[in-house]
Amino acid sequence: MWNYERRLQCPVNIKETNPKLAMCIMSQLGGPDGETAASMRYLSQRYAMPYRNVAGVLTDIGTEELAHLEIVSAIIYQLTRNLSMEQITESGFDKYYTDHTLGLWPQSAGGVPFSSTFFQSKGDPITDLVEDMAAEQKARSTYDNLLRLVKDYPDIVEPIRFLREREIVHFQRFGESLRTVQDSLDSKNYYAFNPAFDNSINCPKDNSKNCRYK
Amino acid sequence: MNQIDQKNLLKYITAISFFIDDTVLFLDTHPTNQDALAYLNKYNQLRKEAVHEYTIRFGPLTTYKVDVTDSWTWVESKWPWEGEC
Repeated sequence: MWNYERRLQCPVNIKETNPKLAMCIMSQLGGPDGETAASMRYLSQRYAMPYRNVAGVLTDIGTEELAHLEIVSAIIYQLTRNLSMEQITESGFDKYYTDHTLGLWPQSAGGVPFSSTFFQSKGDPITDLVEDMAAEQKARSTYDNLLRLVKDYPDIVEPIRFLREREIVHFQRFGESLRTVQDSLDSKNYYAFNPAFDNSINCPKDNSKNCRYK
Repeated sequence: MNQIDQKNLLKYITAISFFIDDTVLFLDTHPTNQDALAYLNKYNQLRKEAVHEYTIRFGPLTTYKVDVTDSWTWVESKWPWEGEC
């Protein structure tokens, strides 16, 4: 269950529209390393995660990604509201406008539609957590690229900088999660089995309180 | 004046809520850290009071808090993505 709270996790107040920058920032809505992919990745992965504490990390970070999706959407909305036909044509927003008018639709900066192939849910804790750490770094790099594009627009820089910082914190938490999973496995041979599938392995001793195969 | 009060109170709630969001993630991987638990406890209380005040003065932040005595006020105020201007 999720509840909607009527506020953004980080405020967005952009005074001037800029459809060209909106097209670029849109990649963090529906692009390969965007917030839709992030939230769907973690919220999909949590079911097969055998350690309840790590499933908690996936739930809480996945939930925060939904809030980031809303921040990115607010940026795009405010950059494209009340556009004139002249602005649409001159900025190159005309191609997007043809299919979506001024509606928000998840796609990459290059116009590739959102796809669940942007992420994986492998059902193996080590595989999934390593993917999650890579995803946070890929998103951080994308925000770095965007910051170079928006540097002269402080209204846009502020929320993008916030989102970039969160990628770093999430990377840290996933790193800690990976360590707790690895510590729970047979340290000599932790690639020999999948703790989410090969149930005969049973509960790892150090993390048994958080293991659901009890 | 009221508009400035509303803006400042929401800003305060946003800041406090962020302290909580970040501490929750920290506690997920450090569940016995006493400093973090005390910090969370403090800000949970402050947030509760601030949200209560905001709800009374400016309206509900969640549908559970809508005052239904008169009319359905949930959809009357601005949505968060609309910004200030």
